[in-house]
Amino acid sequence: LNFSLTEDQALILEQVKEICTEKLLPRADDIEKRGVFPKENIELLFQSDLMGVFLPEKYGGLGLDFLTWAMVGEEISYSCTTTGAIYGANMLCVYPIFAFGTDEQKERYLPALVKDGKIGAFGLTEPNAGSDAASIQTRAEKRGDGYVLNGTKVFITNAGEAEIYVIMAKTAPERGARGMSAFIVEKGTPGFSFGADEKKMAYAGLPNKELVFDNCEVPSTNLLYKEGRGFRVAMETLDVGRIGMGIGAVGLARRAMEEATKYSRERVQFGQPISGFQVIQHYLADMATEIEAARLLCLKAAWMKDRGEQFSHIAAMAKVFSSEVCTRVTNKALQIHGGYGYSRDYRVERFFREAKLFEIVEGTSEIQRNVIANYVLKAAG
Amino acid sequence: MNIVVCIKQVPDTANVKIDPNTHTLIREGIDLTINPFDLNAIEEALRLREKFDGRVTVISMGPTQTERALRDAYALGVDRCVLLTDHLFAGADTLSTAYTLSCGIRKLSDWDLILCGKQAIDGDTAQVGPQLSEILNIPVLCWVRKLEYLGNRKIRVEQETETGCCIVETSLPCLLTVTKEINEPRLASLRGVLQAKRKEVEKWGLSDLEIDPGRVGLTGSCTQVIRVFTPSPKEKGEILEGDPKGVSQELVKRLKDAGVVS
Repeated sequence: LNFSLTEDQALILEQVKEICTEKLLPRADDIEKRGVFPKENIELLFQSDLMGVFLPEKYGGLGLDFLTWAMVGEEISYSCTTTGAIYGANMLCVYPIFAFGTDEQKERYLPALVKDGKIGAFGLTEPNAGSDAASIQTRAEKRGDGYVLNGTKVFITNAGEAEIYVIMAKTAPERGARGMSAFIVEKGTPGFSFGADEKKMAYAGLPNKELVFDNCEVPSTNLLYKEGRGFRVAMETLDVGRIGMGIGAVGLARRAMEEATKYSRERVQFGQPISGFQVIQHYLADMATEIEAARLLCLKAAWMKDRGEQFSHIAAMAKVFSSEVCTRVTNKALQIHGGYGYSRDYRVERFFREAKLFEIVEGTSEIQRNVIANYVLKAAG
Repeated sequence: MNIVVCIKQVPDTANVKIDPNTHTLIREGIDLTINPFDLNAIEEALRLREKFDGRVTVISMGPTQTERALRDAYALGVDRCVLLTDHLFAGADTLSTAYTLSCGIRKLSDWDLILCGKQAIDGDTAQVGPQLSEILNIPVLCWVRKLEYLGNRKIRVEQETETGCCIVETSLPCLLTVTKEINEPRLASLRGVLQAKRKEVEKWGLSDLEIDPGRVGLTGSCTQVIRVFTPSPKEKGEILEGDPKGVSQELVKRLKDAGVVS
């Protein structure tokens, strides 16, 4: 085992920390308060080459690995969780095109998605298909030299702001998961429109909208991978996405712990800073321990991905553990703040609301446990 | 437009310590960084290059660890970095620094504009820029907060003054010192940081330059620092307490006694 960073990773991480804490962090409170899309932050991510960390240089990336990508994600989420969510959702469009696209698709879309400022999004979830992803009803019917899409997606992150969408639709509904195919759909394609923005518990600046496909014609050159193999595309993409969600939760948890630590040293009760009380010290100790463990799980999953190993179960563990750690840590951070923590004047209240998303998005905790249990039972023979 | 930017590596924090014997800053063990005003100069140069093409060369004089600052400049996207370094350059005051820089810049030959920060945050002298222009015999404009290239080798600048601003036009070549108002310096991109690692910082010593050895370093300095000290912190003021009426009466009385008001 070797926990040391390469010279490149250390350089990148130092610069990312500077970018995130100097530019993203000071804007985070305002983004939530005003509920506006953090355009400036996203432009900065593109300009500073944060979008394509794991992509080869020929597609506009940095040619680094998923481990570095994950560490970058932690820093973004630490500074501004909303920006982190946009970054994560962009990856859900970049990754499947990179992993499954034709050379033409990669050349056409990847530089746009990591260099030229075009945001990406991923559309799988539907009103009646969440955890049961294979039950989606959006149809893609072969017609002439293309496909016609009909159906509705919900909760789609980056919807409206994104220019490029990877969409899952059924080309053969009777075949269940094997009848699903993936398509690249560009914003502005006739028949493709957006519904109302979802009002959420947090992330007021994060767009989550319906995607509506009404006889939307997509050329066959935009079929991603093979017809009927869309479920595979979606599952592999989500495996990588889970590392992103896990490490995003770690970033937020770390931030919440730092706020709580700082507050505990300033807040005086019974004649001393509350950090002097063992109960608070034990809270902080548990928070720090859990964050460390969560980070290691996420980085291990990324490291396995880089080595080409089967990492789905570790990614699922990373996601379920980190997101639940994040909820516990933000909860304790709020508790340490007492009444002030419940007030909107202190940002731990926002962290508490933001944390819950990680347990739900990109596969609920329950689905992650299914994935892990399947692995455990299979491995037992 | 080919631009030369002069930079200085300075301590990163305000917490600097002074060597009681040499009366100079102790640089060991302190994080060093590019002087903030010099970052504005680099940013302005990069913006001019983005608009009008050309090359941006960054030059600095200092010990070998100054290479780190020049690598940071590469990360920001400049084309060439030159470090004037030689043990004979050590102990230089502003005049011998300006002279040494002028020799380096003469060797660069092809340039139209020199940009400097208005001053360095460690010494705060604001002298090197103007001295350099004098030695190179080119016009100088200081405290520039806005710069426009008018074409035809003409520029218009806004200089900050104590009472307002001064709008001046001049022709290239010239030297400008810039304030922080001129722009917001970019942060290096990740690609920039990775590429900077592989770039070469050219190092020129005394023997690489056409230079008068009697005018460099401590020998060439015509000023000597007698004493540098940390000013003692301002003492805590007196706080008058009591009811507002009594307190204000007491305040007026004290001010009158001190002759501040009559």
